[in-house]
Parts: sequence; structure tokens; C-alpha cells
Amino acid sequence: MNTALINWSRLQFAVTAAYHWLFVPLTLGLALIIAVMETIYYRNKQTLWKSMTKFWMKLFAINFAVGIATGLILEFEFGTNWSNYSWLVGDIFGAPLAIEGIVAFFMEATFFAVMFFGWEKVSPGFHLASTWFTGIGAALSAYWILVANGWMQNPVGTVFNPDTVRNEMVSFGTVATNPVAVNKFFHSVFSGWMTGGVFTIGVSAWYLLKKKKIPFAKSSMAVGSLVGIAGAVAVILSGDRSGVDIARYQPMKLAAVEGLDNGGRNASFSIVPGVSVPSMLSILATHDPNGYVPGINDIILGYTDNDGGYVLPVQAKMWRGRKALAALNYYRNSNDSVPENKALFKRVVESNSAYMGYGRLSKPADVVPNVPFVYWSFRTMVYLGCFILLVLILVQFFLYKDKIMKNRWLLRLAIISIPLVYICGQAGWIVSEVGRQPWAIQDLLTVGAATSSLSVAAVKTTFFIFLIVFALFLVIEIGIMLKAIQKGPDPYFPDEINSTHQNYRRE
Amino acid sequence: MTYEFLQQYWWFVIAILGGLLAFLMFVQGANLILAFPGVNTSMRRIIVNSTGRKWELTFTTLVTFGGAFFASFPLFYSTSFGGAYWVWILLLLTFVFQAVSYEFQNKKGNLIGSDAFRVFLIINGILAPLLVGTAVGTFFTGSDFIINKDAVSSSAFSAVSVWGSGWHGLEAVKSPAVILGLALLFLDASLGCLYLINNVRDDGLEPVLRKKLTFFSLIFLLFFIIWTIFLLTADGFAVSSDGTVILEKNKYFYNFIHMPAIALMYITGALLVIAGLFLGAGTHSRKGIWPAGTGTVLTVIALFLVAGYGGTSYYPSISDLQSSLTIQNSCSSRFTLKVMFYVSLLIPFVAAYIVYAWRKMNRTPITEEELTGTENKY
Ligand code: HDD
Ligand code: HEM
Ligand code: HEM
Repeated sequence: MNTALINWSRLQFAVTAAYHWLFVPLTLGLALIIAVMETIYYRNKQTLWKSMTKFWMKLFAINFAVGIATGLILEFEFGTNWSNYSWLVGDIFGAPLAIEGIVAFFMEATFFAVMFFGWEKVSPGFHLASTWFTGIGAALSAYWILVANGWMQNPVGTVFNPDTVRNEMVSFGTVATNPVAVNKFFHSVFSGWMTGGVFTIGVSAWYLLKKKKIPFAKSSMAVGSLVGIAGAVAVILSGDRSGVDIARYQPMKLAAVEGLDNGGRNASFSIVPGVSVPSMLSILATHDPNGYVPGINDIILGYTDNDGGYVLPVQAKMWRGRKALAALNYYRNSNDSVPENKALFKRVVESNSAYMGYGRLSKPADVVPNVPFVYWSFRTMVYLGCFILLVLILVQFFLYKDKIMKNRWLLRLAIISIPLVYICGQAGWIVSEVGRQPWAIQDLLTVGAATSSLSVAAVKTTFFIFLIVFALFLVIEIGIMLKAIQKGPDPYFPDEINSTHQNYRRE
Repeated sequence: MTYEFLQQYWWFVIAILGGLLAFLMFVQGANLILAFPGVNTSMRRIIVNSTGRKWELTFTTLVTFGGAFFASFPLFYSTSFGGAYWVWILLLLTFVFQAVSYEFQNKKGNLIGSDAFRVFLIINGILAPLLVGTAVGTFFTGSDFIINKDAVSSSAFSAVSVWGSGWHGLEAVKSPAVILGLALLFLDASLGCLYLINNVRDDGLEPVLRKKLTFFSLIFLLFFIIWTIFLLTADGFAVSSDGTVILEKNKYFYNFIHMPAIALMYITGALLVIAGLFLGAGTHSRKGIWPAGTGTVLTVIALFLVAGYGGTSYYPSISDLQSSLTIQNSCSSRFTLKVMFYVSLLIPFVAAYIVYAWRKMNRTPITEEELTGTENKY
């Protein structure tokens, strides 16, 4: 195994995915916010609301372009850098990616064009529908990619086929309704709403601090904070569900999240190292104060789970995994003339294939991810998330009381929340992805057996190329956003419109 | 549905997506015009705004082409993408730069200036069709890789597919595959002219386009004829009934003879392309894009089919013939192909709403005046 190759491949994928995730949540959230604004405009026909819709749409478009560009790299990276993975699990994993293209991306791309260029070309009703379809397309795309990702965390609906030497899909329904995927979908999309909401209130707060575009900023803030609050509440509820899911499907991830060396019943939840709430972890993970939560050592040494089932020690799983690999080897290379032997080897492969991935570990401790990184990322996500929810509620409250302009500290907090919400989202993916190491597919495939056969130099080169390109694009994007924000929305009150020489067009 | 049917069906879907992609890269072709000195700033803006409304369609088709290939022929996905690494990485990079160039180039605060972004569009205009065409060309000339499925059970890790050449795909420029790349480059450049002639109204630009079209068409025809001669005379990679791959004299020629429908498709496609090019370069018609576009799709589909159907290896290995990929040995399981079959029934529906939306949007051609009047432009 070439550790350098694996690490550079991981780093490259991680950087690309994390970069993609800078743009995705804003796309998901702003899509909804724009659609709400345009719906209001469609009903009340006030230029203010049209101007709001168009302004946020402009920012949406800038963000969207980079989101699309980075998504392309991710999709092809499965082939270029994880080619063994692509072969071994492509039978299952490829399908959601293809479906995503067919049902979601075309919808997004087509209706985005109508939404962006179609103001003067299509009827207001068709335009409004296009705006909604853009958002629906984005949500659909999130669903299918998370079906793919959820399957890596909890590989359901699959068997290993010794004749083709790969995993094959046996139930599409099971893959498409994987509970992990469904919950990830809600958690990620709602985190997108939250991001969109926070972005909107933060940018609006800047106008209010400058005492510019006040009606525009207040109305935008109202929409943004409502969407943000809805997103934040839903994120917390679905996040709770995520905790239950990982307790069930990826106990090692949960142990890492809690930094829990030795588990037990009435397990306590760690607020920060040294401070903890008794029984809280058992409640979070199993919704029962008496529930058993295994720690890192329990998982390595074997334990009895909540349903009374015995979970093998890692050493035993490794042994069974090696047995599966050895039997597979015999099965493929033994002489065809002894069919009984072949059938026997095949049975050995099949009865041990659930542990196949363990056959490639060199020692039990290999199943432990980077605990401090996961532990702190989780806390960052949760604490910042709760803080941001508070900010959103306060913003809504003072808007309602019409005292928002007097509370300049809150306006400043709203601006500061923008980077914070991005940190939340990134931290979430770190919990989810770093927490599942060393698995590319939980229990079935290690990242080490997933890479392409490339030289380290090649992967390093592309890594640095991507890094430079991404950094450049990010700087440019932020620059363009800031200029667009400075310029502000189109004029929206009739006297203001008449007094400027803007290229402003009526319907 | 039998496994055989599903395999053939999915190769056909891939062929259609490939055909559409080759056609839709007229966007890249049209952006090439930005490179020529006779094109002034206002013409450039019209071109960018015209292709700017279509590029996502091309881009999404590329994404879907990749996704569908992944789902239906995963061994191709892993072998070609992981092996011909540099070809695909280069292609990705040019598309990434293209994707942001529209949104960024004429915006304040873009840091590196509009000229840089225009250069990105031009580079993408050259490299995208060239690389895609050459990659498809290797369906006929072969590549340097070995497949070893036993790698899965070996305790030491090694990949199932290993590429031989350290150039990781770039070595194809020395093979005849590059002729197809060049043909596609100039075809897409011609289609780009035809598209702009149809889509924009600008008295200064139109004569330039028609002149460039003549030039591109002639070069395209030259490479296309060389490619066709190569194809008809080349040794092909035949698969016998037990799956062994052998080199067979004039395999593709005989494929055409044995599958006359494909031959007819190839010839009809080529004639339609020529008719379209003539309409654009030799008459005042604005409609050349339609026959030329249809012709492109047909010809490329025929090329894919002749590469994969009729007991042929569509992704041959020259270093180890028995590693060559065929429709049968590289596809997904019957179950997955069946699921994807049902999904593919959505494609006509998707195509229908795309056409519907664009008919509404294209009722008026793009003009200088329209662009000055609107905020929504690049
Ligand atoms: C939860 C949502 C989500 C997640 C986890 C991902 N994406 Fe994404 N992706 C989107 C949500 C999204 C989106 C909202 O639909 C985007 C972002 C901006 C955009 O324009 O569409 C998008 C764009 C986008 C595109 C361009 C589509 C086009 O042509 O229009 C591709 C090819 C991918 N993504 C592929 C991926 C891959 C391979 C991922 C995993 C490794 C991935 N995305 C993670
Ligand atoms: C967009 C949000 C995502 C982010 C921010 C993200 C983050 C990461 C990170 C940090 C890693 C590196 C883990 C490590 O090596 O320690 C990683 C690896 C990986 N992720 Fe994700 N991920 C995202 C989405 C996805 C999705 C949706 C998929 C699958 C569809 C996916 C598949 C993978 C794969 C294949 C790897 C490489 C193998 C590995 O290191 O596990 N990721 N990702
Ligand atoms: C406040 C309570 C929250 C809880 C209890 C929570 C819980 C979790 C858990 C357990 C995971 C890992 C899921 C897995 O690996 O399958 C996760 C992932 C994630 N979280 Fe949170 N989270 C919370 C708030 C937030 C906030 C505020 C955001 C961002 C705005 C966020 C964004 C994410 C993202 C993007 C992921 C990765 C995608 C996924 O696995 O669903 N979370 N969260």
C-alpha cells in the first residue's frame, strides 16, 4: 500500500469537496429565498420586491457558477483518483450520479437560464415557475448525491459477486430510501437554508449599518431570518436524528465524536473535555438514558449491543475479512474441473463478505479515525449552530418590534454570522467524512484499496493545481460579490427610478 | 429484458449522449471566434452573451455523459479516467475555467481582467473538442492498459486497471486518434459559426462568421475524410464468441457492411453536415445549424455503434489484447442496467422541457440593442 498516494488522493478529494460545499449551501438556501421573494412580487407587483428578487438573484448567479464548476471536478475525480473504487462499487454508486444528471442538473441548468435571462422574454407566471424549478432542481440534486454518499456510510441493498469481483446492487428501493441518505438530505438542505438565511441577514445588516437602502434591507432581512430560523430549527432536529443514525450504523464515528474511550450504559455527553452531562449521550444516541453506547476500546475488543447482539472484536473481523479474500483468490484461480471446491470457496466468500474490508487492515487500531479533529468539529458545528439560531431569532424579534436600526450590535453580529455558518457546514462534513475513516465504504472498502494506480507526483501536481485555481476563484468570487453588494439593488421607488439614468426596464 | 438487450441499449444511450455532446460543443466552437483579430469588442460581447445562454446545456450534457458512463460501464470509467489521467484532468480544468469565465469576465472586481477570461474561453474552445475527439479516437486505435481483476483478492493492494504509459493518456497525440480530435475541433468551430449566424443579428459579425465558416469547413472535411479512410482500412479489435479479443483486418469496414443501418446513419449524418456547412458558407440561409447539428449527432452515434456493436471491443488495450473492454465485460449488473433503463425513459421528457423552455427564450435573436437594454447579461 502506498500511503503517500492515498494521503494525497484523500487530501485532493477533501479539498475539492470542501470547496464545493462553500457554494452548494448558498445555492440551496438562496434558491428558496429568491423564490419566496418572487412569489411575493408576483402577488403584490411592487417594484421593491422585484428589485429584491433581482438583486439576490445576481448574487445567486455568481455563486452558482463556481458551484457548478467545482461539482464537475468532484464527479470526475471518482474516476481519475478513485478508479478502483469506481470499479468495485460503480454498479451501485454510479446510478445515483447518473440519475442526478438526468433528473436534477438539467432542470437546474435549464430553468436557471430562464430565471436569469428570461425576465423580458417569458410571462411572469412562467418566470416564477422557473425560479421555483431551479430550487427544486438543486434540492433534487442534493438528494441523489446524498443517496450516493449515504450509501458509503451505510452500504445497503448490495451483495458482493465473486464472479465479477465487485459489489452489485440488488435493491434500488433500499439504496434510494437508505435512512442515512434521507436524513443527510434533510440535514444538509436545511443547513443550506440556514446558510442562505444568514447570508441574507448579514448582507442586509451591512446596508442598515450604512443607513442605505433601508426598505430593501429590512424586507430582505425579514425573509432571510424566517428562512434561516426554519432551517436552523430543522437542522437541529435532523442533527439529532443523525446522531441516532451514526450510533446505529457507524458506532466508531460516534465514539470519535464524543472522544469516548470506554462506553457503557448511562453514557455521559462531553460538553468540553472534563465537563459532561450524565446519561445525556445515551439519550442522544439511543433515546434511552439506559442505552448502551460503545467506546473506542469496546469496539476494538467486541461488545454486546442494545439489541443483545454480540459485535465481533476488530481482530476477528480482520480474520474473517482475510478469509473472504483468500477464498476469493482460490475461487478465481482454482481449477474449473472440481466444481464442489469452487462452490465451497464461493460460500466462504459470501458468508464473510460483510467483513471484506477488514481483511485489508494491518492492525485493529486502524479502525480509529482522527478523534480530536472529529470531536472538535462536532462541537464547533453544534455550538455555533445554536449561537446562530439565537442571532436569527433576535433579528426577527427586533424587526418585528421595528427596533432593528437601534441595535447596531445585533447588525454587527448578523454580519459576523456569515463566516460562522460556513464554518458550521464545513465542520459538519468533517464529522461525517473524517469520522468514517479508514473506510471509503463502511466495512467493505478501505480508502487504501480505492485509489487509482498513479504516481504520487501526478496526484500532488493536480492537488496543487486545484488548490491554486480554487484559491484564485474564491478571491475573485468574493471580490465580485462585494462589488455587487456595494452597488446595491436597482432603484425601486417610482421617483427614484425616474431620477436615475439606469437601464431600468418596466415589464 | 435480457442482459444482452440491456447492454446494447445502454451502449446506444451512451452513443446518443456522445452525439449530443459533440454537437453541443458548438458553444466551444463559437468561443473560438473570439480569438480572431477581425472581431471587435461589441461583436465579442454578442458572442459571449449568445454562447453564455447555452453553455450550461453543454456542460450538463458532459456531466450526464460522465454519470451515465459511470453507471452503465464502470470498468470504462475506472480504466479510462484513472488511466488517461492527464487527458481528463486537462479537460476538466478547461471546463472549470470556462464555467466561471462567463459570470466573471465583465464584472467589476474580477481581479485578473476580462482579457484573461476571454483567453480561458478560447483555450476551452480548442482543447475541449480536441481532447474529447481524441479520446473517442482511441476507441479505434487502442490504449496502453492492463486489467487484472485478481488484484481485488490480493492482500497487497493493487488497482484493477493499470495504465502502461507514464504519459497517462497524452501519448494518444502520437496515434491516429488525434485525427478524430482535429476533425471534431474544426467541426465544432464550424457549428459555432452556424449557431451564431442563427442566433444573433449583427451586420458586422455575419460576414466574418461566414468567411470563417468556409475556412473551418474545409479543414474539417479534410480531417474527416482522412479519418474515414483510416477507419475503413484499419485493423479492428474483434471479440470472438468466447470473449477472446483478436486483431482483425478491416474490422470496422466489415462492421459497416454487416450493420448497414449504421453505415447509412454515418453517411446520412455526413451528408447532412455537409449540407448544413454549405447552407452557411455558400448561401444566405441562417438555418445551416439544423442539418449540420442533426448530422453531427447521427455521425457520432454511428461512430460509437461501430466501435461497440458487432462483436467489437470499444476500448481496446494494445498492451494486452485480452484486457480490452467490451460492452459485455465492462458493464454494470443486469439489475443496475434494468433500473437505469427505467430512469432513461425520463430522458425524452427532460429533452421536451428543455426544448420548450428554449423555444420561449429564443423567440427573438440576440442583438447589440438588446444587450445594452438589459441588466441580465455577461
Ligand atoms: C447537498 C448538496 C450537494 C452535495 C453534498 C454535493 N453537491 Fe454537487 N451540486 C449541488 C449539490 C450538492 C447543487 C446545489 O445542485 C449544485 C451546487 C451549485 C450548483 O450550481 O448546483 C451542484 C453542482 C454539481 C455539479 C455541476 C452540475 C451541473 O452541470 O449543473 C456536479 C457535476 C456535482 N455537483 C457533483 C457533485 C459530486 C460528485 C459530489 C460529491 C462528491 C457533490 N456534487 C456534492
Ligand atoms: C460537499 C460536501 C463534502 C465535504 C465537505 C466532504 C469532505 C470530505 C473530507 C474532509 C474528506 C477527507 C476525509 C479524510 O480523508 O480524512 C472526504 C473524503 C471523501 N469523501 Fe467527502 N465530503 C463531501 C461530500 C461527499 C459526498 C457527497 C461524497 C460521495 C458522494 C463524498 C465522498 C468522499 C470520498 C470518496 C472521499 C475520499 C475517500 C476518503 O478519504 O474517504 N464526499 N470528503
Ligand atoms: C445543533 C445541532 C446539530 C447536531 C446535533 C448535528 C449533528 C450532526 C451529526 C451527528 C452529523 C454527522 C452525520 C453523519 O456522519 O452521518 C452532522 C453532519 C453535518 N452537519 Fe450537523 N448538527 C447540528 C447542527 C448543524 C449546523 C448548524 C450545520 C450548518 C449550518 C450543520 C451542518 C452539517 C453538515 C453539512 C453535515 C454533513 C452532512 C451530513 O452528514 O448530514 N449541522 N451533523
